[in-house]
Amino acid sequence: MIHAYQMNGYNIILDVFSGSVHVVDDVAYDLIQLYETLPKEEVIARLLEKYAGRADVTRAELEDCLADVEELKAAGKLYAPDAYADRAFDLKNRSTVIKALCLHVAHTCNLTCDYCFASQGKYHGERALMSFEVGKQALDFLIAHSGSRVNLEVDFFGGEPLMNWEVVKQLVAYGRSQEEPCHKKFRFTLTTNGMLVNDEVIDFCNKEMHNVVLSLDGRKEVHDRLRRTVGGKGSYDVIVPRFQEFAARREGKNYYVRGTYTRDNLDFTNDIFHMADLGFTELSMEPVVCAPEDPYALRPEDLPVLFEQYEILAKEMLKRDKEGRGFTFYHYMIDLKAGPCIYKRISGCGSGTEYLAVTPWGDLYPCHQFVGDEAYKMGDVWQGVTNTALRDEFKLCNAYARPDCQDCWARLYCSGGCAANAYHATGSIKGVYEYGCELFRKRMECAIMIQAAKALDKE
Amino acid sequence: MKRIQTLETRDLAESLRDGGCGECQTSCQSACKTSCGVANQQCEKCGE
Repeated sequence: MIHAYQMNGYNIILDVFSGSVHVVDDVAYDLIQLYETLPKEEVIARLLEKYAGRADVTRAELEDCLADVEELKAAGKLYAPDAYADRAFDLKNRSTVIKALCLHVAHTCNLTCDYCFASQGKYHGERALMSFEVGKQALDFLIAHSGSRVNLEVDFFGGEPLMNWEVVKQLVAYGRSQEEPCHKKFRFTLTTNGMLVNDEVIDFCNKEMHNVVLSLDGRKEVHDRLRRTVGGKGSYDVIVPRFQEFAARREGKNYYVRGTYTRDNLDFTNDIFHMADLGFTELSMEPVVCAPEDPYALRPEDLPVLFEQYEILAKEMLKRDKEGRGFTFYHYMIDLKAGPCIYKRISGCGSGTEYLAVTPWGDLYPCHQFVGDEAYKMGDVWQGVTNTALRDEFKLCNAYARPDCQDCWARLYCSGGCAANAYHATGSIKGVYEYGCELFRKRMECAIMIQAAKALDKE
Repeated sequence: MKRIQTLETRDLAESLRDGGCGECQTSCQSACKTSCGVANQQCEKCGE
């Protein structure tokens, strides 16, 4: 299976099952697409007709190009067969360990963002803070169920985790104390809205947090429209200087300034550029996840605008990169040489299997987006995963388990997509959130185009 | 090749043999939290 597309002056052929990427001229672009379905003579005849006025398109030239295509095919870099379909379910059935927890240390928040999927931090339940005892038990549970896995990931999430800061610090200290005796290495992440960031938080996080995620939606008027305090005041002026200080003092450690765009800012690239102009270099911007009837929900008619925006972003990133003021966009990060192996590409994000969310009360859910939905409670940090039927359902939920993904060229890039989005869109974790798929495919095309442009620029 | 330039990429079929260590990051654990994919994940082994 191949995927052929044109963007920013590049003709790109993606070979789905080998992962190969070819940048080709217009003749090869046509030839590679015709080759699969037509006899060689017919391919040559059609191209001679189409390029009749071109001196460089002769029978001999086309035969040379056909020979190149066949060489790539023989090398497994074009039209590679799907060698994974028969093994996909075995891969997913293999025994898995738990390697990541999302700790909901605070089901409460000091902002009342309209679009919050966590319902202003409460996840449609009671306000609550996780106690140290619950958090400690969660870390013990993770260590006990992580098998031989060394790197363990723990994300302090909410609500707003800084509203339970003392417990966060205690849990980091406890985790560190267990690393040597248990032969583990914790990678902590903190996601924050910035309202309680101060020097102490910055110093501690820069020492202990592998990554910090700083929530900012972009331009002041965009950010303040939906990210307001309980009193209705915008939060932009409070958080931006703190985030600038935070990022400046990370000294090369990971961070992301992460935003959400909605129907109110379909020109969201201007918000990304605003973040970059504020001095941030590691950026992420996500489409809002909400009910279709919400006023800020993205609509089908918005898709062409969004596609154009993603292309604008890709081109601007290439431009700024050349000017020495480049920045990273999370969804365009793609390492063609050292990206994920096929096991990862099939098994996906690991929700409900390798990755679980823990509520302030110690209940386990497949991921943060299922918290609050009792039907998806999997167990707790004392008893472990007791709803094994649900875990097995998530184990089998992969790129090959979704009928809607069977003809999609991007399925080894998304692994079938987000189970929570699928569930909320279709009622089944094996469904697909088609709107998200459309955006994902566009982002992948842009990400690969950027890699092609950079690779060719070096030559 | 005159009309085709092939970028250097990881051979996915080959990764059936050398992949699967499971040490890589959980996809949703970094920055997205709402629209997960795996394409932008780094291989832990390749980075060693």
